[in-house]
Amino acid sequence: MAAAALETKSVTKTYSTGGSTVKAVDGVSFSLQRGEFVALVGPSGSGKTTLLAMLAALLNPTSGAIAIDGQDLGTMSEKQKARFRRRRIGFTFQANNLVSYLTALQNVELLLRLNNERDAAGRERARELLVLLGLEEHLHKLPRQLSGGQQQRVAIARSLINQPTLVLADEPTASLDTERAFQVVETLAALVHEQNRAGIMVTHDLRLVDYADRVIHMLDGHVDRIISPKDDLSCLADPDTCRMVPMDVLGFEEAQTGESVS
Amino acid sequence: MSTAIHLALTEIWRNRGRFLLFSMVVALITLLVLFIAALGEGLGAGNREYLEKLNADLIAYQDTARLSIASSRIGCEKRRSIRSLEGVRDAGAVGFSSASILLAGEPETLDISLIGVEPGKPGEPPVVRGRGLLRSGADEAILDRTVAAVTNLRVGDRVTLRTTQGNENEFYTLEVIGISDSRKYSLRPSVIVPIVTWDKVRPQAGKPTGEANPACNVVAVQLEDPSEVESMGQFLEARVDRIEVVDRQTAYENTPGYSEQQATLNTQNGFALLIGALVIGGFFQIQTMQKVPQIGMLKAIGTPNSIVATATIIQIIAITVLGVLVGSLVTMGVALVFPANIPIVFELRSGAMAVGSILLIGPIGGLVSIRYSLRVEPLTALGLD
Repeated sequence: MAAAALETKSVTKTYSTGGSTVKAVDGVSFSLQRGEFVALVGPSGSGKTTLLAMLAALLNPTSGAIAIDGQDLGTMSEKQKARFRRRRIGFTFQANNLVSYLTALQNVELLLRLNNERDAAGRERARELLVLLGLEEHLHKLPRQLSGGQQQRVAIARSLINQPTLVLADEPTASLDTERAFQVVETLAALVHEQNRAGIMVTHDLRLVDYADRVIHMLDGHVDRIISPKDDLSCLADPDTCRMVPMDVLGFEEAQTGESVS
Repeated sequence: MSTAIHLALTEIWRNRGRFLLFSMVVALITLLVLFIAALGEGLGAGNREYLEKLNADLIAYQDTARLSIASSRIGCEKRRSIRSLEGVRDAGAVGFSSASILLAGEPETLDISLIGVEPGKPGEPPVVRGRGLLRSGADEAILDRTVAAVTNLRVGDRVTLRTTQGNENEFYTLEVIGISDSRKYSLRPSVIVPIVTWDKVRPQAGKPTGEANPACNVVAVQLEDPSEVESMGQFLEARVDRIEVVDRQTAYENTPGYSEQQATLNTQNGFALLIGALVIGGFFQIQTMQKVPQIGMLKAIGTPNSIVATATIIQIIAITVLGVLVGSLVTMGVALVFPANIPIVFELRSGAMAVGSILLIGPIGGLVSIRYSLRVEPLTALGLD
């Protein structure tokens, strides 16, 4: 049986601050298959981004193990991790996604350059991806000439150009309006499914989890529950989480809880 | 490497206004450094040229003069003693003073160094046109190239010198018999005359005595074996009473103000280079700080540190080289229209050293920013660091 695209086993990350120890991520275990798109949700400080950083081989867990395509990240040197990232992992960040002085096409091709794969086929693939994402007219535009949504779509194209096993998106819609946010996530999810990648998207916006196959809810560093987006999301509305998710999505009014929304 | 070059050059091209502006700052620093170097060379040459080119290995001073040519007096007897010593090929008296040349049809005069030498002895420069001095009391003169160029005098013409003797201005007309290369002394071009003529023409408190063997300032000594400069210097001091003997370099380094002047200019040059390093370093440091999120993102997607560092180095080198190139060209252009009375000499060695120093300070100044960019954590892409 083929290895899972991603497998985490009791992943823990602790920080020492001023004599006390804080568990940012606490014994997280789950696995992800190719063709699966997962939403990672939870309130601020629940450990989502720290977990994402560890999955991306940017941060070492204090304990536990992470394997992508069966390869244990813990056994790799920093240099090997950098190489692994540019070959097996695709990224979309919240902001500062693109190199400001490269055009949309050059930004996507950058990964090919880094992997020494900028041949005719690679360049054609980059162009096709951007066309697929509706950016045909913007191939040679600089990031500052593109809207926020267009920039995120370029970032999605870049995250897929190296045909990665795992696509990670850290709040890719944070700076977008609702309509564009839906478009971007829909596109990302569709491409993950079509191209048989494994995708994880960190988001605060529960309206976007409809495009995911599973929703992992984190709370205080651990996986609180894993549910289907088809499930009633109000299950996440315990007093702690309720502060962190949009009330309109959960069907709660501020007046009912008496607490503010962040 | 090709990715680093692509990133570096694309960034320069997309931000060409900013980078060009900064290149111009480097060009201005280059201009400043080259001019200070040329001024140092010009002032230095103006002071030392005659002594530096002197056809002698050692120079003998009166021991109490403390290597001051103006204070030194050496008489005929000592010259003879020096000349007779074993290991000395030849020795010649050299006297230094100043005079003015009357320029034909102009009220202005040209201030010159009047140098008296013994015809055919060490101290007399070789001529590039005409002939050398023949008789010690003859009313003849060799002009150095600068005097000839400024006065338009040629071999066979007559030159009139004005000096002050007693309370009177005295005028002496000499025949130009030769032109030598440039032989500036004390920042003035030179007229070389026989030592007896020099003693008659030079400024003095009273009327000239007309001595057949006048006292001179120093004695230029040629050795049989020029490699024995040090031991022969000691030998001469031991064998001839009350003289101090040094080589040419020590002699010109002890001309009044020479060392101080060179130290001042070297310090200015050092500061200009230091400022250059700080400016270049500051520019790239600010640029790197502005790019921290982007560098973090590049590292997060797997860009190796070597590519990030190489791209920065390529940019520093490209900007510095362009700046130095433009600065050197502007310097050459400005030098062509610079007033002739400013002692600026563009010499290949000092110019190359100045340019080399600026090319070096670019990467040195940029080291901090390279180090800074290497320390950017890829986690900054996720807002963690």
